[in-house]
Amino acid sequence: MLLLEKRPVDSTLMRWASPVLALVLTVITGFVLFLAMGKDPVDGLKFFFITPISDLIGLAELGLKMAPLLLCAAGLTVCYRAKLWNIGAEGHFLIGALGASVMAVQLVDNSGFWVLPVVLLAGVLGAMVWAAIAAGLKTHLHCNEILTTIMLNYIALNLLLYVVHGPLKDPYGFGFPQSVMFSDSALLPALIPGTRLHLGLAFGLLAAVALWVLFARSFIGFQLNVVGQDHRAAAFAGFGARRLTWFAFLIAGATAGLAGASEVTGPIGQLVPQVSPGYGYTAIIVVFLGRMHAVGIVAASALLALTFIGGEMLQIAMNMPKAVTGLFQGLLLFYLLTCDAFIHYRVRLKPSAHQSTKAAVTAAHGEA
Amino acid sequence: MTAALRLKLENIVKEYPGCRANDGIDLTVEAGEIHALLGENGAGKSTLMKVIYGVVQPDEGRMLWNGHEVRVENPAQARSMGIGMVFQHFSLFETLTVAENIALSLPPEEARDRGALDQRIREVSERYGMALDPRRYVSTLSVGERQRVEIVRCLIQETTLLILDEPTSVLTPQEVTALFSTLRQLAKEGCSILFISHKLEEVRSLCHNATVLRQGRVSGDCQPAELSAAEIARMMVGDDTPISTQVSTAEPGDVLLDVRNLNWKSNDPFGTSLDQVSLNLREGEIVGIAGVAGNGQDELLKALSGEIRTDSGSMRFADTDLGSLAPDQRRKLGVAIVPEERLGRGAVPEMSLADNALLTASGQGLVERGMIRFGKVREFSREVIRRFGVRCTGENSAAGSLSGGNLQKYIIGREALQNPRLLVASHPTWGVDVGSAVAIHEALVRLRDEGAAIVLISEDLDELYQLCNRLGALCHGRLSPLAPTAELSIEQLGQWMAGEFESGEVAHAAA
Repeated sequence: MLLLEKRPVDSTLMRWASPVLALVLTVITGFVLFLAMGKDPVDGLKFFFITPISDLIGLAELGLKMAPLLLCAAGLTVCYRAKLWNIGAEGHFLIGALGASVMAVQLVDNSGFWVLPVVLLAGVLGAMVWAAIAAGLKTHLHCNEILTTIMLNYIALNLLLYVVHGPLKDPYGFGFPQSVMFSDSALLPALIPGTRLHLGLAFGLLAAVALWVLFARSFIGFQLNVVGQDHRAAAFAGFGARRLTWFAFLIAGATAGLAGASEVTGPIGQLVPQVSPGYGYTAIIVVFLGRMHAVGIVAASALLALTFIGGEMLQIAMNMPKAVTGLFQGLLLFYLLTCDAFIHYRVRLKPSAHQSTKAAVTAAHGEA
Repeated sequence: MTAALRLKLENIVKEYPGCRANDGIDLTVEAGEIHALLGENGAGKSTLMKVIYGVVQPDEGRMLWNGHEVRVENPAQARSMGIGMVFQHFSLFETLTVAENIALSLPPEEARDRGALDQRIREVSERYGMALDPRRYVSTLSVGERQRVEIVRCLIQETTLLILDEPTSVLTPQEVTALFSTLRQLAKEGCSILFISHKLEEVRSLCHNATVLRQGRVSGDCQPAELSAAEIARMMVGDDTPISTQVSTAEPGDVLLDVRNLNWKSNDPFGTSLDQVSLNLREGEIVGIAGVAGNGQDELLKALSGEIRTDSGSMRFADTDLGSLAPDQRRKLGVAIVPEERLGRGAVPEMSLADNALLTASGQGLVERGMIRFGKVREFSREVIRRFGVRCTGENSAAGSLSGGNLQKYIIGREALQNPRLLVASHPTWGVDVGSAVAIHEALVRLRDEGAAIVLISEDLDELYQLCNRLGALCHGRLSPLAPTAELSIEQLGQWMAGEFESGEVAHAAA
């Protein structure tokens, strides 16, 4: 019989092998699924994983999708290190997009170098306020942050829908729910001319560097780690849990807000209802896949970005449904969590029960 | 003599990953014998008990029970054979009554008739002088009474071998006396008792024979009454470890900490509230706080450390009002704390020793403009390891990988190297090997001589009498007066531990 046994020491090898193993298992499952649907699995996997990034345009698209994932994931990592389960990056992202859009529409007739920073800042601040709601609910009313952040995501989405259908709707937009196009001064410059890749990716990479500095060098990062690993030791040391909760939520709000603001001022150029294909949720997978480490989340955000464009590619090339993106993301998270169990546990063969000795015991006891 | 042989272990071996906890242990216990199992923490006592009680299976070796070879698969089987065990940490449900708790461990057919069970509980408990009301809720019982529930639970199941794991560590001296007379009576009636302890005087007064373990092996068998405590201690620790500290007399200075009528109300219905606690502490002295576990020791420590906030005005430290300050602010003033739990409060188990230095010592120039100065952290950590003889592979070892004694030395060292003005240490040598305990005691005395004021919270009366200038006891969150150690009899301290603060020299029989 197989037995799951706690390891005396966590396996470092497994900690880093687990994401790779999860990816391999996801690919294998994808292979089987393509077969089951009567599609050519080799083609399917090629269209999903390879074709999208086989040219410069494709790579630029990858970077385009990476940027919001990386920004959201960087903020979430700060929360998750402290075991604050903020699921609200999606909401922060939407409010960031909304705030930036409101400002961009206000400034649509202005031009100058200052417009873009102001627009981005509006998004960032808006999202920080949004994150502060969840932080305050947690520190002052002891509300579970998982529930409040999920609910705030829905509120944020509906708020965005209201604004885009109402106050911010382009009066000359033939009734479509979308804002006016932002002025050029409010748009992020392209990183590679001729592609859609914009400055957002640079923000993301900077966030990753900042994340690395925070946890590898700074005292506040250390305090967040202690709160996450051992809240009693943190209380003993006097690392204020409230203060750190606020810090983590505000950082998460700021980065996800910047992601949202970069999305509307980058590839989209206006506010539309479908700002996010779920970046804020996918970023959760990025964080865990990237082992809550700066380098890890850069790699993981690239992989998850690929699932978005790979999914689109499959829709076009093989006539597959859009759900294929969510399916691959879900599989990846599922296998990752499963493989992560083996960081703390190992499988052992259990020797068969000692039937013979048991009989001897009862006999002996009877005589005694 | 085989008829009288109750239990015989031959060459018991139990190996855990990275440690051979039992390495060929032989042990015999006769009917009606009180047999002590001695040894330091980590010597393999607990593992051996778990083998006998069926919690773990040995890798090698034979166990003979009343002359028959047996293999105990689980505790239920052990109980049905007549082996009962009282663990150090009781396994009782506080929200159930005494009778309900006992019924839970009985076979269903015996547990069903509650009237008869109540009757049996009364009979057994009265017969052995351990009065118990079966209808009372466990949450209302004192620690001593809870232990009685555990023992009565074993006796009701016709136990012929009773294993007690450090039973006296939670009792007042008077309760210990009562327990011992019960155990002697049990032994007289033929019940064998395996008594695990590291308190040598108790073992000498109670036990017929003793087996001493060291590093998983039997290091000697003896009749404890015929040897001195020092001779037995030698068998426990080997030849090259010092077994006691020479403590010089203290020269106390000015009052440093003045606590007056400190109150704190616990939110937990089973927690302890602090009630009018007053104490003062002078530079260069050690004040000891005795008491049975769970009488407010942890709350007092937290009130002093700042982990719980109390009303302002009740605590003065030098010229500062301490009550409203956060733990890190108090630390800046020179308050150092060594909490009872080493792992999970005093240190983060998964983090390295260096990172754990940063936990409380960040004010020692280890952090500059919000950035950690890793070189300084490592240097500080290495200094602690060197000065306090912490055995580890280096400052990168995870705190959780160190033995209790070594980690405790590290934690004490971490606080001591910050030159504290006030050190509050809770159970600093609990579960620590003798060599480390001596090192820790020496460190405390050295700090005292350098002018620090020390509060020592402990259940180990020997330790308190050895180190402290003045002693008091906590009971139900109230603190007794503090008396100079030399003038305080152990009987008086025992009464204080039981909450009788006003009664003078007249000793009331413990109810």
